[in-house]
Amino acid sequence: MDYKDYYKIMGIEKDATQSEIKIAYRKLARKYHPDVSKEADAEIRFKEVGEAYEALKDPEKRAAYDQLGANWKAGQDFHPPPDWDAGFEFSGGGYTGGDASAYSDFFESLFGRGFESAQPGQHRGSYSARGKDHHAKVMIDLEDAYQGATRGITLQSPELDSNGHIINKQRTLNIKIPKGVKQGQRIRLSGQGSAGMGGTSAGDLYLEITFNAHSIYKVDGHDVYLDLPITPWEAALGAKVKVPTPNGSIYLTIAAGTSGGKKLRLKGRGIPGKTPGDLYVITQITLPPADNDSAKELYRKMEQELPYNPRSKLGV
Amino acid sequence: MKKIILNGILLDEETELSLNELCSACSSSADLIIELVEEGVLEPVEAKMYRLQQTQWRFSVNNLQRARTAISLQRDLGVNIAGVALALDLLEEVEKLESRLAQFEINEKS
Repeated sequence: MDYKDYYKIMGIEKDATQSEIKIAYRKLARKYHPDVSKEADAEIRFKEVGEAYEALKDPEKRAAYDQLGANWKAGQDFHPPPDWDAGFEFSGGGYTGGDASAYSDFFESLFGRGFESAQPGQHRGSYSARGKDHHAKVMIDLEDAYQGATRGITLQSPELDSNGHIINKQRTLNIKIPKGVKQGQRIRLSGQGSAGMGGTSAGDLYLEITFNAHSIYKVDGHDVYLDLPITPWEAALGAKVKVPTPNGSIYLTIAAGTSGGKKLRLKGRGIPGKTPGDLYVITQITLPPADNDSAKELYRKMEQELPYNPRSKLGV
Repeated sequence: MKKIILNGILLDEETELSLNELCSACSSSADLIIELVEEGVLEPVEAKMYRLQQTQWRFSVNNLQRARTAISLQRDLGVNIAGVALALDLLEEVEKLESRLAQFEINEKS
């Protein structure tokens, strides 16, 4: 188990006042909130900051943490010294928010006792008997949205064992990904959430679809975009060129006189569905390199025989 | 062991959730959802929703995302409902601008 430097995580001095701790937390929480932040590790940072705040905002916990001593370094292998909390009386201010499983082993080894009985402060209203709904993300490829797929996903959910301890239970589910799913859509699996209490029905599992970044396609809603490199002569004279689509390659006619950056719409070749999306092919004219004498000769010939000023619109 | 493949229901644009389903999908109380509706953060599909019983409200699926974000902002950042409403609108605006920017970058590159 690694020692965690909660002061360092929050970017504050060891002698910070309680109100400084609160301000630091508010700032960092806004910065790393997973619904707001665009940073890749936002969720991890957010949890880390939440844990640090949980330990430092309560003067009792903070004092206990402080007396572990200043000699510990972040990441150092840590075992709580025996009776480390002797003389501290946790008044059960305990565990005030968040998800028990979200905190580190380090946190739990220090403050673990006493808050297992306390439940996270969530409002369950009048629906509390039914099992809790769960949410998870599932990553798929764009091609899966075209063809449908089966994905195995592993979920970790905290559950109470027979002694009332929180354990992380792992389970693997094979999920059918229906054809035509879009980024951000959800699949609901009835009865795959937590078990209900007292004979009531289990909660549901919601899976949010996220596409893996694709090497050649970009996706916007149900439309898909592809940059298509073409040669100057294909653009000038017209051509039939082979184009990849997530559903296999097709032949596309490039009209004579096609300019670079032109958007060609392939109707209905986006993500399938009741109203299927479109595939947009954006032409990119690429030049063959003038890296040998005959190529240079050809370019010179064009220079002489094709009088053309591409900058005429710029007034020069 | 036979491999069991689970078939879920895809929540598409046409799927609607009841107040009850929305509450349980957000692990939230009905009171909080009703508060979010009254602040205009969430909007039941019927135009004349106030004439309907709350139990008859139906929510489109994008309200599920909004409700979850609203609740987690409120819980994690201590933002009040009006602040949540503002944050959600701004987040949506950022998302729109980002997708326009992405389009622009596609065109720009060529």
